[in-house]
Amino acid sequence: MNLKLLEKLTQTFGPSGYEDEIRAVIRAEVESFADEIHVDPLGSLVAYRQGSGGGKKIAVAAHMDEVGLMATYVEEKGYVRFTLIGGGIWPGVGSRVRFADGTTGVIAVEHRDDATTMPEIHHLYIDVGATGRADCPVVVGAPAQFIGPLVHQGQRVISKTLDDRVGCYILIEVLRQLNDTPHDLYAIFSTQEEITLAGARTAAFRIDPDIAISIDVTATGDTPKALPMAVELGKGPAIKVKDSGMMAHPLVRDRLVEAARKAGVPFQMEVLTRGSTDAAAMQLVRSGVPSGCLSIPCRFLHSPSEMADEADIDNAIRLLLTALHTVA
Amino acid sequence: MNDVRHDPLITTLQTLADLTGVSGDETKVRRAIKPLVENHVDTLRVDALGNLITYKRGTAENPLRVLVTAHMDEVGFMVTGHTGEGGLRVAAVGSIPERLLPGTHVWVGQEPLAGVIGLQAIHRLHGESFPQAAPIEDLVVDIGAKNKEEAQEAAPLGTVITFATRCREMGAVLTGKAFDDRAGCAILVALLQGERLPCDLYGVFTVQEEVGLRGARVAAYAVEPDVGFVLEGTLVDDLPKHEKDVSPTTELGKGPAITVMDRSYITPPRLLSHVLKTAAVESIPCQLKQPGISGTEAGGIHPARGGVPAITIAVPCRYIHSPRAVLHPNDLANTLRLVRASIARLTPETLAFT
Amino acid sequence: METTFNLLKTFTEAPGPVGREHTIREIVAEHWTPLVDEIHTDALGSLIALRHGSGPPPRPSLMAAAHIDEIGLIVTGIENNFLRVQPLGGMDRRILLGLEVTVHGQRPLPGIIGSRPPHVLSAAERRKVAAWDEVFVDTGLAADELTALVTVGDSITVDRELVALKNGLAAGKALDNRASVLAVTLALDILRSRNHTWDFYAVATAQEEVGVKGAITSAYSLAPHIAIALDVTFGKQHDDDGAGTFDLGQGPTIAMGPNFHPQVVERLIAAANAEEIPYQPEPVAGGSGTDAWGIQVAREGIPTGLIEIPLRYMHQPVETASLRDIERAGRLLAGFVTRLEADFRPHWEDEL
Repeated sequence: MNLKLLEKLTQTFGPSGYEDEIRAVIRAEVESFADEIHVDPLGSLVAYRQGSGGGKKIAVAAHMDEVGLMATYVEEKGYVRFTLIGGGIWPGVGSRVRFADGTTGVIAVEHRDDATTMPEIHHLYIDVGATGRADCPVVVGAPAQFIGPLVHQGQRVISKTLDDRVGCYILIEVLRQLNDTPHDLYAIFSTQEEITLAGARTAAFRIDPDIAISIDVTATGDTPKALPMAVELGKGPAIKVKDSGMMAHPLVRDRLVEAARKAGVPFQMEVLTRGSTDAAAMQLVRSGVPSGCLSIPCRFLHSPSEMADEADIDNAIRLLLTALHTVA
Repeated sequence: MNDVRHDPLITTLQTLADLTGVSGDETKVRRAIKPLVENHVDTLRVDALGNLITYKRGTAENPLRVLVTAHMDEVGFMVTGHTGEGGLRVAAVGSIPERLLPGTHVWVGQEPLAGVIGLQAIHRLHGESFPQAAPIEDLVVDIGAKNKEEAQEAAPLGTVITFATRCREMGAVLTGKAFDDRAGCAILVALLQGERLPCDLYGVFTVQEEVGLRGARVAAYAVEPDVGFVLEGTLVDDLPKHEKDVSPTTELGKGPAITVMDRSYITPPRLLSHVLKTAAVESIPCQLKQPGISGTEAGGIHPARGGVPAITIAVPCRYIHSPRAVLHPNDLANTLRLVRASIARLTPETLAFT
Repeated sequence: METTFNLLKTFTEAPGPVGREHTIREIVAEHWTPLVDEIHTDALGSLIALRHGSGPPPRPSLMAAAHIDEIGLIVTGIENNFLRVQPLGGMDRRILLGLEVTVHGQRPLPGIIGSRPPHVLSAAERRKVAAWDEVFVDTGLAADELTALVTVGDSITVDRELVALKNGLAAGKALDNRASVLAVTLALDILRSRNHTWDFYAVATAQEEVGVKGAITSAYSLAPHIAIALDVTFGKQHDDDGAGTFDLGQGPTIAMGPNFHPQVVERLIAAANAEEIPYQPEPVAGGSGTDAWGIQVAREGIPTGLIEIPLRYMHQPVETASLRDIERAGRLLAGFVTRLEADFRPHWEDEL
């Protein structure tokens, strides 16, 4: 596994709507493996690989954007109030954020008489060390990312933004390792997945694919008192059946299962009750696109310390390569 | 301040704000707008949902296609039933806070008929403390009908209802209903009445914004623009609060409010800085709306077809979605200036990603 | 044709869980094929049938949409001899315990939703509606067999025979929305003996219960000049008879509001009057929550209408409707399409 690449991908700045930096990083990685590169009006990067002929048009999407936050108000004393970019985020008191200009801030909480409940977002603020509004480097509307360095420990990888830079990593590796396939491959590094799925939707509209697959992370049911869910870390990539945004097309699901068997990689079937992926948007483009999703089991989603399993990531690459070489 | 009586922007706003145009029933507003713009545009049509789509050719050689929307519809009510006593049961069209409703005077239907919303006398609450605001399904609009039959005849099921409010001056400001978004409509009328711009201008007066950004969505699909501008009347939250050091979301009189991010989309940074730079160069006051609240038609426009960069520029209005909103005439004029200048200065490079 | 009751029985008793509608789709296709000129299934699983109009080509087209999918459950895990489940669409948790179901595994497996004996429960627990993590399906199979036959993601549907109640009412599962699929079928049958100049697309849409998905994509591909969605609406019942509920047996509703083009509404009413079909006006203040909501904003916008059949106990296995209302909805749809002149296009009263 190319940890250096995964580290670069996870650490690069790119909250939804602000994907310029991460797009540049990915572009540099894929440029030499693509027949054409295109950036669409909402900022998604599409790398096209022409097939040897007689195959399908297959779109595979991994999203570049990350959850983050945005300054909404700077108080007289220089403290910054904020709103969230994306959902399902629980900023921890004492965790750190980085603004686009490099400014680091600490998430802090107001004094509350009843501190037994989780603070709501309006109880939280960011302290960047300013002494007042005048010397606060943060302005209203400034986006920030969470800080969470990558750590490799045993079989596990811990980092911020495995969601969905691990998907970007897999898609980059697939482009690198893919050889003769009959299919035309459109690798979509999409924008704005965490807020509206607009990047993949509009990219897929242009491409008008025969089949669409998203590569994204999914939750697991293997932690203490987790919401019941059959997916576990390290038991192989998960093939989606349903999430809160879509039902995977049975044929796409079955082809992914066949590919897993053929590649000899372990896999799990996934029913996710909360959350969805780019595939939900691509499915509804134009007259409808048979769509599915390959998921990487991941714990502590949308926190600065997401955790995935190295083997699941490597197996996802093998599964996807097999699928792309054989899907009919 | 401008002389209110002679400013055409304000005259247009007054005319439009007083009309009934609840989502899905915007005909009166569309009918009023048409004569104001038809001699200033090259083509004009009404689409399947009722959007009024105008086109004004650009002067440039390879003009950009610019979509500008303002929604004609307003929040209101619809008759859903009749009580035995001749009252009207209603549902809200769009989002209206229930606590605003008791004691209001409304217009029922297109005639319109007068109606009122009243509550049980406070004396009859028998020592109960003030309860929560009554849910809308418990309220009744009284048009004075004798019985169910008379109510059914006067206001059949599906009849629309708006607040009975006439636009007027008040101190330094204007007050009226439906400034969200007849303010945007008035500005779009003025934009179309003005001189040709370099770009191809598609001015669309949209329908059904308040029930889900639906008019803008199909208009963006039809027009296939390179960029979208949304004209809005947006919220101001500047009443005194227990906490002093908090955002007023936007402020009255401080110029057009520009959206960085709301619940429906994020403005592309290039487009945002283009508009801010334009404001600086042209010395037009402007402000950033507090990020993360409410939604606008940019949310319906940006995912159209292959994607459309879009931005919302709004007139700050106190008390929107209530019987009486308040706006400052200078904000109206400055929003027009900023939108016009921003569009005039657009180039393909403004929109391009690297 | 068979009797309305028998057709409804065939249509409602067949399984068609959201996203896995193939069984009911094949049954509907069998009934539609003799009545139409072309028929196919699209990428999301909607069945699209076309009856050519008699007008000169290129002909305008009407799309009638009724969804074939039904709510159900989905397997999320296997624990010992039991299946853990979650809702597929808006399944009502209050009616689950004791329900007979079919698990669509390697082969269809009968199952029962288990419940703990009252004897071990406190008085408060006995009144509690079971939470999703307390709902398990028992197939009578042991864990090893179960694991071989059932996979996470398999769907589960309710088993329920259609029964006849007094006064022409019928009760069963999935009348939402097979009652409307039947109405479209009846309309296709009527149109064999009546002239229509417009092309008529009958669409049995997939995945309505998870966000009107089949309607969105089929409306895009057909780009019809007018669309009529058919669905069920709330019938008056003992505990709910206020605004927004409608009498059973008094005719289908014709919906009005922002989701619908006023001229389509007018023409539906005119057709009802001309055919002497009773109808009930249904005001809808915003989203109708039906296929009509998705269809209206397809492409550049599509003038849309909605016919609904009053239904008691929605999303429960005892959904109850009037057979006459179903027949009337079919007649209304047929009456509407036969009255479309070749050059008619909906417009706004002030349109240029």
